[in-house]
Amino acid sequence: MAVAIAENLLTDGPDGPCLIGGRDPETGEIVFPLPRGPLAARFKTHPLKREGTLWSFTVQRFPPKPPFIGATSPFKPYAVGYVELPGEIIVETRIKTENFAALKIGMAMKLTRETFAQRDGEDVYTYAFEPA
Amino acid sequence: MSDVYIVGAGIHAFGRHDAMSGLDQGVVAVREALKDAGVAWDDVQFAFGGSSASGNADSLLPRLGLTGVQFINVANGCATGGSALLSGYWAIKSGEFDIGIALGFDKHPRGAFNPNPEQWGLPAWYGETGLMLTTQFFGMKIQRYMQLHGISPRTLALVAEKAFSNGAKAPHAWRREPVDAETILQAETVNDPLTKYMFCSPSEGAVALVLASEKKARAMGRADVRVMGAAVRTRPEGSFEVFAPSLRIERGGSATALAAEAAFAMAGVGPDDIDVAQLQDTESGAEVMHMAENGFCADGDQERMIHDGETRIGGKLPVNTDGGCIACGEPVAASGLRQVYENVVQLRGAAGARQVEGARVAYSQVYGAPGLSAVAILGRA
Repeated sequence: MAVAIAENLLTDGPDGPCLIGGRDPETGEIVFPLPRGPLAARFKTHPLKREGTLWSFTVQRFPPKPPFIGATSPFKPYAVGYVELPGEIIVETRIKTENFAALKIGMAMKLTRETFAQRDGEDVYTYAFEPA
Repeated sequence: MSDVYIVGAGIHAFGRHDAMSGLDQGVVAVREALKDAGVAWDDVQFAFGGSSASGNADSLLPRLGLTGVQFINVANGCATGGSALLSGYWAIKSGEFDIGIALGFDKHPRGAFNPNPEQWGLPAWYGETGLMLTTQFFGMKIQRYMQLHGISPRTLALVAEKAFSNGAKAPHAWRREPVDAETILQAETVNDPLTKYMFCSPSEGAVALVLASEKKARAMGRADVRVMGAAVRTRPEGSFEVFAPSLRIERGGSATALAAEAAFAMAGVGPDDIDVAQLQDTESGAEVMHMAENGFCADGDQERMIHDGETRIGGKLPVNTDGGCIACGEPVAASGLRQVYENVVQLRGAAGARQVEGARVAYSQVYGAPGLSAVAILGRA
């Protein structure tokens, strides 16, 4: 059983995993991630849309230094990008795909989970988007 | 109010210097600048200095002389050098001082920076999941720009090719061997679409500039390079910056565009008046995008301009005549001052094989995390 990388980051909705954003009830402003500390009082928890379009992307080809907790030896390159959730916000994300060459700005993406590391002997997952 | 002149410029070559600390290099740059200006450390009325990875800049004092001079440490991210210069500029312009110094030095460990999320107000998971890398930001920014504005990977390679070609002619540069565009394109990719030759690396180096009032500069017989305008600006709402877990859908301008506009207004000149420009080139794409953000062309024009060689020495607007960050590497607190140093050398007509003939107005722009830009425009008096 994998554990989440952090609390208050994603939750299980009726259609699958869902990112937890915040919404300012007065202005309608949507933020991600949900702020901590004094700023948190301004925002109500707001589940973000699960589908969007790829805004930009790159591939992480070299192993990052700490605080990255994924395996670095051997290191498996991974894609990252920004996904625009229509009418809400653009979120930065890992992209779960092996086919880097198929990534294209504007393509449809959907939210998923990705187990990307091990910590204290347990699998750790985070949110990711994948081509829809 | 006084006009401000740069009357002395000193540099410690950029690159890797195992036997020297960042501080050692800072001392060399200051002594070179003083020698160039023909003044002694005792004559200096103020200093603004920065170092991001080599300790307190005012640790230079015991080495230079404990004259009681007011020394202010400047820490402003990648624009630390630009901010030190701006602070010195204000100090002279106010009429309070006649002569002072702006300096920056650094020495970074090899490899990409590894920032701590907490220090950036970000949650730990952002770093742990592998999203907190500056190189990813640069890859994603140019990736989108290329698609929106028709910039090709070959253009990115031509920018790097030019950097190495110019660096080969600059004694203070680190990378001094030409590399051809094909080799650059075929090299291993760091963060798509950027290959290893398109990125600058953290490095080492130091720069110091002696600033003086017009009266003092004339008395010294050194009133040849005047600061026409200088500005630092931070990111506006909707700009795209490093380390952003999310972005607003409605996009905005950039710190660079704001700083450029302010500096041009102060200087009373426009982009067409610039003879030589040093633009932040953390990677090839940054130089391409900064050409437009600083007002030198419309988005997308770079494809033709770079293909036609307009940004090469001898072209219409030579850019990064000493090879920029790509050839010099990036010691954070010294990098912006290196650009100004190069412009001083160009305006004095002392740039040798990389001289831009007849350069009279020179532009520099340094950009960095967390989203700020410093611009300086110098003119030959």
